[in-house]
Amino acid sequence: MINLTPQLTTQQLTDPMQPEPFRVKRVMKESYDTFTLEMEPVNSERLFTFAPGQFNMLYIFGVGEIPISISGDPNQPAMLVHTTRIVGAVTKAMSKLKAGDVLGVRGPFGTGWPVSSAKGCDVVLVAGGIGLAPLRPVLYQMLAHRDRYGKVVLLYGCRSPEDILFRKELEKWRARFDLEIFVTVDYGDSDWHGNVGVVTKLIPKAPFDALNAVTMVCGPEVMMRFTAIELQKRGVQGEAIALSMERNMKCAIGLCGHCQFGPTFICKDGPVFTYPQLQSWLAQWEV
Amino acid sequence: MTLNTSSSTKYVLESTDFQQLIDVLVGIGYRVIGPTLDHNAVIYDDITAVTDLPIGWTDEQDAATYRLSRRSDEAFFGYVIAPQSWKKFLYPSQVRLWQAALSNGSFEILPDPEKPEPMAFIGVRSCELHAIAIQDRVFIEGEYVDPTYHAHRENLFIVAVNCGQAGGTCFCTSVNTGPKVEAGYDLALTEVIDHETHYFVVEVGTERGQHVLEQLPVRTADKREAKLPKTITDQAAHQIKRHLNTDGIKELLYTNSENPRWDEIATRCLTCANCTMVCPTCFCTTVEDVTDLTGRQAERIRKWDSCFTMDFSYIHGGSVRYTSKSRYRQWMTHKLATWIDQFGTLGCVGCGRCITWCPVGIDITAELEAIRQTKAKGETIKEGSDENTG
Repeated sequence: MINLTPQLTTQQLTDPMQPEPFRVKRVMKESYDTFTLEMEPVNSERLFTFAPGQFNMLYIFGVGEIPISISGDPNQPAMLVHTTRIVGAVTKAMSKLKAGDVLGVRGPFGTGWPVSSAKGCDVVLVAGGIGLAPLRPVLYQMLAHRDRYGKVVLLYGCRSPEDILFRKELEKWRARFDLEIFVTVDYGDSDWHGNVGVVTKLIPKAPFDALNAVTMVCGPEVMMRFTAIELQKRGVQGEAIALSMERNMKCAIGLCGHCQFGPTFICKDGPVFTYPQLQSWLAQWEV
Repeated sequence: MTLNTSSSTKYVLESTDFQQLIDVLVGIGYRVIGPTLDHNAVIYDDITAVTDLPIGWTDEQDAATYRLSRRSDEAFFGYVIAPQSWKKFLYPSQVRLWQAALSNGSFEILPDPEKPEPMAFIGVRSCELHAIAIQDRVFIEGEYVDPTYHAHRENLFIVAVNCGQAGGTCFCTSVNTGPKVEAGYDLALTEVIDHETHYFVVEVGTERGQHVLEQLPVRTADKREAKLPKTITDQAAHQIKRHLNTDGIKELLYTNSENPRWDEIATRCLTCANCTMVCPTCFCTTVEDVTDLTGRQAERIRKWDSCFTMDFSYIHGGSVRYTSKSRYRQWMTHKLATWIDQFGTLGCVGCGRCITWCPVGIDITAELEAIRQTKAKGETIKEGSDENTG
């Protein structure tokens, strides 16, 4: 059974609903609709310690607040890093931030990926689209302690070659002999010579020992559901599959009720769950 | 917050001395809140005098029906239950969480000096005590504490009043939440009117309650009077017509997410959210981030929200629960099933408000039974529902 409890306890603020100002140090455009923000606290030397998989509530002054997972390196807590896609009013306002601008941060919240349970195991990360962002801290963690893990495999699916996130980093990592990275797209173009098809198609041939693997899956709900089924076909136990869920959230502390998924509150019981925790609910419509 | 059980001694307070109870509570510094008549309904609001109470009135409640009528006596608490629950005081429908101002290229949270004044509720029914205990689990006894609720709750003084009659939509006996007040009060009253007498049997639940009692002109109840709280609530229990069958309720709903009854309910449910607003345990909220006209000052307002709205489940790309049947299913499954996993109790106290205030009279007890029956004879019901859609 893998352990999802983050090794680091959430720093309980006096009032967890009050955002703390953070200043943007750098903005990086990742693709036509995705970007990464690097930021530091305005008023303190606070090191932003977090477990890979945890998320923050990001607030744009007077505009609104949304949950976004942390995409940075857990071993570099001086810099808080978030990657997101422009989909609504807040992310649109966020995309217009420049170095020096300030936004509010609450967090970190929620459970993390089963990184400690993965020691001595093969590790398979399956990402769909922007779902790669919450998994990147796991890759940083594995690379910082590469000897602790068996094979480390990333299976990444996105809509088109233009949508590939962290492209330079993926190219660099793919050149390493101790990482296995496979990318597939839904629609290729004339310059694309890689895989075409959904990410689940990569699972049957991926190089890992299914009986000794910990898998971590993040992407659209339907993609995670069928990825879990495909991983089980390879022989991976349900308990060794972790998924990260997404829902509307207003408080992130289990009180606003918005993020309920069956009996769970995704903000505090998740966002990372083991597959058996969710299995019966994932198969239902509009939960 | 501890649920104390009452000591055995009971007292008698004459109705003519009831004003003194209000006065003593005001004297201690409480904002005293009790039933009043407003907009042709019983509304919990500030009271200073006995004459604020709905003296001589009662409420007639049924599915989608609520009206007041005169009683033949001058009872102070002769109604069953108010449309709005006490949560509007403990967990107000609109709260400013914080204010912030831009300064030096950043922003700072401004201190909020508002401190809630201690409140005393008069007229809390047994089901409502259970609802407060359930909200305690949600807001105080979990991983995170809600500061607003906690501040209101920790200084709350509760004068419970036993039910002398049942309403048309009550079903507390099905979920063991009444009608007799058992715990969670400072003082509990039972109103007695017979022949020429009108008095209250008083039970003490806490030391604070004892302290208040000592300032009232009470006498010790005799043997007959001491039995009245049970006799009177037993009568009320016998009047209850509705029943919620809780046998295997969680498993029933967990295994019936595809039950055709959800489609049938959706043909009637208006997704108006009334049931969630009047429910004494529903706790969902949203937040609104707003600025002043200059854009330099911002605040966050928390408001009651409802799982019946489309916005409630909105994430990029649309609402997760976009059909009304999924929203009704979410609400009922939460109340009667997932709540048990989340908080170790049902989310329903049988107060019947959701039945009374549903504009089309959807009855949670009847719908649960229909789901049970549809499951039992799936084929016959399927034909019926085809007829409905055809």
